[in-house]
Amino acid sequence: MTGYNWFRVIVQWLIVKPLAGIVLGLNIRNPERLPQAKQVIIVANHNSHLDTLVLLSLFPWRSIHRVRPVAAADYFLRTPLLAWFSLNVLGIIPLDRANIRRGEDPLQRVRESLGKGESIIIFPEGSRGEPEELAPIKGGVTHLLKDFPELPVLPIFMFGLGRSLPRGEAVLVPFFVDVFVGEELKWSGNKNEFLAQLDAIFKGFAEAAHPERWEDGRSDAIFFSPGSLAFFCSPSLLQHSY
Amino acid sequence: MRVRWERATELSFLALKEYLSLIPTRRADRRVLAWAYLSIPFQYLWVWIEWYGMFIIFIPVYVFLFLPLRMVTIGETAGFLKAAGTIHWGLMITVFSISHIAFLLVLPNTAPATAATATVFGAGLVLYLVILTELNDVAQYVWGKSFGERKILPTVSPNKTVAGFLGGLGTTALLGLALAPLLTPLTILEGLGAGILIGASGFVGDVTISAMKRDLGIKDTGSILPGHGGILDRVDSLTYTAPLFFHFIRYFHY
Repeated sequence: MTGYNWFRVIVQWLIVKPLAGIVLGLNIRNPERLPQAKQVIIVANHNSHLDTLVLLSLFPWRSIHRVRPVAAADYFLRTPLLAWFSLNVLGIIPLDRANIRRGEDPLQRVRESLGKGESIIIFPEGSRGEPEELAPIKGGVTHLLKDFPELPVLPIFMFGLGRSLPRGEAVLVPFFVDVFVGEELKWSGNKNEFLAQLDAIFKGFAEAAHPERWEDGRSDAIFFSPGSLAFFCSPSLLQHSY
Repeated sequence: MRVRWERATELSFLALKEYLSLIPTRRADRRVLAWAYLSIPFQYLWVWIEWYGMFIIFIPVYVFLFLPLRMVTIGETAGFLKAAGTIHWGLMITVFSISHIAFLLVLPNTAPATAATATVFGAGLVLYLVILTELNDVAQYVWGKSFGERKILPTVSPNKTVAGFLGGLGTTALLGLALAPLLTPLTILEGLGAGILIGASGFVGDVTISAMKRDLGIKDTGSILPGHGGILDRVDSLTYTAPLFFHFIRYFHY
């Protein structure tokens, strides 16, 4: 059993899964599209620090050590404690935004990681922005795809985390989170076309995340279920969670 | 069988979270919402230590007075009244009402040692309440489908009919009478009364949640929150039957 990062596995079970599953509660649309073990580039919208944790919670513990969120070094390496947490617990690849100004390739470490067969999580909006608002998508991901054109891109859209822990707030407030898992995209070779495709997918999910209108004449379905009785008799807090 | 009151704590948490996820909230109220969540462990602590006096006034009095105070100290007045109203309504429905299920479990055992209910006293009361509430929903649906003509509340719940309501009420009343000696210390006549109470109030709980959803423009809470969702749809009737049945028992037997 070599290769597992047992520390990250434990954190996954003690912190990441309970936070996502019990404190928040995820409603995952199309969970069958989530990758089990294969290498993917996950592209997600960014509203909250919780985004990274929620995305990590979607992975099985066996593959968690092979998933690396890409995150800004100037924020996540700010203090020694935060840096330790980010690098060892979340397993981030720090993206040094200062490098960009110096003309170095900021994505070098991401390329190395992809070359080792690891999956990455990136937030193409750049920063967290306004709660529950989509910011324009930036093109960094296409630079990676030019080097790794065969890798599938999996778009994931999260709705609700901007309410739970928006930018600039310290108190986490539980809300249910909608997680929309898109279909895998393949690199088309055309940057603008690809970004437009991604943008359309996210906008479609953002629309779907808003409540549906009431329809008249629906059957007022009955809600009898032996489950309600069993609920009060079963000991497990986790049956609603994972 | 052991019925666990801790499960009601979890139910309150899920129901409150679903409620707050569905209603519009102000960003300024995030800390107020955190306090609203914090009322859950306290409310169930009162159950655990069997402190009835605090249990019964904590949310209607202390939380009711405290949350607006917290809002005022944050200082956002636009939308104040709506926020204060919706948050407290949600707490009453999802925490205060549902916690009565838990308090049924810690009521002192008044059954004679020889009675069928002697060893499972509180659990019997909860089973009686939950079974009757659920079967009332079913009975109203079946009666309504079979004989329903005239709508009872067409603007709130277009599929509910007078026949469904009355048929359900009658069925639940008889069932309440039949189950009372098996599960509760109630007499036959009191069982009939409890059945009528649960039948009528279960209907009201159902339609109040329908009215809320209609106001929010939501079809059913489960379609928005697949997997987790539909907690409010499940507990709608219980939010009325639980406190009313609790006080019925308390009035006649304590």
